[in-house]
Amino acid sequence: MAPVPMEHGLILAAVLFVLGMAGVLMRRNIIFMLLSIEVMLNAAGLAFVVAGSRWGQPDGQIMFIFILTMAAAEVSVGLALAIRFYHMFKTLDTDAANRMRG
Amino acid sequence: MSALFYLSSVVAVISTILVLTRVNAVHALLYFIVSLLSVALIFFILGAPFVAALEIIIYAGAIMVLFVFVIMMLNLSTQAAKKESQLLTPEIWVGPAVLSIILFGELIYILTVRESRPYLVGSISPKYVGMSLLGPYVLGVELASILLLTGLAGAYHLGRHDEDDEKKEDRSGGES
Repeated sequence: MAPVPMEHGLILAAVLFVLGMAGVLMRRNIIFMLLSIEVMLNAAGLAFVVAGSRWGQPDGQIMFIFILTMAAAEVSVGLALAIRFYHMFKTLDTDAANRMRG
Repeated sequence: MSALFYLSSVVAVISTILVLTRVNAVHALLYFIVSLLSVALIFFILGAPFVAALEIIIYAGAIMVLFVFVIMMLNLSTQAAKKESQLLTPEIWVGPAVLSIILFGELIYILTVRESRPYLVGSISPKYVGMSLLGPYVLGVELASILLLTGLAGAYHLGRHDEDDEKKEDRSGGES
C-alpha cells in the first residue's frame, strides 16, 4: 500500500472548499447557495479527517462528526427559510430579498 | 491505494464543478451525491472507516433527502430553469471565479512551500473514535444535541408559520 502524502489530502480539501466558495459567490438561487455551503462544510471536514489521520488520533474524526451535526441543523433551518422565501417572493433568486422588511 | 485516492479525488472535483454549473437543481443534487460518495471513499482510504460510513448515511442519505423534499415541495417549473440559465452568464461568474482562483493559489502555495511532511499513518478504528467521543468530548456531544434540538425547533417554527399566514390570507380574502 503506497501511502498518500498529507499535502495531497489538504490540497483536495482546498480545491473543494474554493469550489464551494465560488458557488456561493456565483449562484443567486438560494438552493444552490445552500448546496455550495454544504460543499464547503464537507471540505472543512475532509481537512480535519486528513489531519487526524496524519497524527493517528481520533480527534479529527470527532470534529467531522460535530461538523456533520452542525451541517444537519444548518440545512434544516436553511431549507425552512428557503420555503418561506419562495412563498413570500414566488422566486428563489436571492436578489429579490435585497430590501429590509421584504 | 494511492491510485484510488487520486482517482476518487478527480471524481470528487469534477462532480463538484458539475454541481455548481447545473441549471436543474435535481441534477445538481445527483452530482453532489456522487461527490459525497467519492469523498467517503477518500475517508476510507485515509483510514477513517467510521466517518466514511457516516458520510454516506447522514450526508448522502439524510441531508440530500431533505434537499429533494424541499425541491419537491417548491414544485419548480421549467421556466425557473430557463431563468436560472440566464443568470449564469460570464459577466456574473467571472469576478467571483477570479477571486476564488487567487485564494486557491494562496492555499496551494501555503500547503506546498514547506518541506514535505511524513506520510499518513494507518487506520483509526471506530472503537477509538467512540471512546474519545464519549470520553474527553462528552460536553461537545451534549452541545451538539442542544444544537440539533434548536435546529428542529427553528425549522418547525419557520415551516409552521407559513400555514398561519395562509389561513389569515384565506380569511381576509373571504371577507373581502
